[in-house]
Amino acid sequence: MTHDLNASTISIAGHGGDQIEAYFAVPTDVDQHGSIVVIHHLPGYDESTKEITRRFAAHGYAALMPNLYHREAPGADPDDAAAIARNNGGIPDERLVGDVEGAMKYLKALSTSNGKVASIGYCSGGRQSFLAGCRLPLEGVIDCYGAFVVGTPPAEFPLRVTPVVGEASGLTGEVLGLFGAEDKFPDTAQTEELADALRAAGKTFTFRTYENAGHAFFSPNRPSYRVEAANEGWDEIFAFLARTVG
Amino acid sequence: MCTYQTETLRVRASAKTARGWANMTDASVYFDHPVHFMANHALMIDVLRQGPGETARVGLEMDAASARALAEAILRALEHAPASLLDDSVAH
Repeated sequence: MTHDLNASTISIAGHGGDQIEAYFAVPTDVDQHGSIVVIHHLPGYDESTKEITRRFAAHGYAALMPNLYHREAPGADPDDAAAIARNNGGIPDERLVGDVEGAMKYLKALSTSNGKVASIGYCSGGRQSFLAGCRLPLEGVIDCYGAFVVGTPPAEFPLRVTPVVGEASGLTGEVLGLFGAEDKFPDTAQTEELADALRAAGKTFTFRTYENAGHAFFSPNRPSYRVEAANEGWDEIFAFLARTVG
Repeated sequence: MCTYQTETLRVRASAKTARGWANMTDASVYFDHPVHFMANHALMIDVLRQGPGETARVGLEMDAASARALAEAILRALEHAPASLLDDSVAH
């Protein structure tokens, strides 16, 4: 593997057939590949998540990150679009699932695709990745420190975020959860509750909770970055993708 | 952690954005991960223009002590202003 890739901004059909912006990275040194939908964190469709998207392509997977806030502020800087989406109470779950479905279909239709697609999400995207896996035929679901997969937010939270663990029976693929022991959203009690629910639903899953790490330990441009947890987490992710999407 | 907790309010304000002055309609205040300020968490203020037309935003990220000092300074400035001037409102 040479890690060669092509990356570009494209337009895809999202929820309701809306054309939305997406960042697409595809390996150029393999004949066939699995794929992954990358769900950005609450701060939006930013440079660091584009870097993550390219990393998947460098490791042999087609990766596509839909801009979930494209409708709120087309063409705006990612942090401005994220601020507007936050002020509006976040984005509806139904729209998120529609956008991930659009990305999944785009990836499956690639002539070089092996037909298998996983999803990964960070922060708010962790919950959204789990939700997408409950409603869409994804071969693998990766949740990186997603809050409120279990546990109900306090009533005063203006974001339209509700727990989605009740939909776990819909999961068709394996689940990988990567968490920080020092995180409060989700805390270890919540990740244990999620593990219990997946066990009860008969689902295959792997959870890793890293000591000395909190929320957003994968973000190399933030003080929350924890190199050991991030390196081990990336190894887990690529091992997971090898067994779920090839 | 991502607190998600966000205070939102409607405002009547003008703000100078990267594209010049704009009439603003909304604001968010929250304590969460900053985009640029070098700390795990910060107090964030977004002043936004929403609705028809072009969206706009001015953002601030600061540590908790700065945010409290700013909030107190705003209240002091309003307290010291003559009451007769505080209702000096002209519709946009």
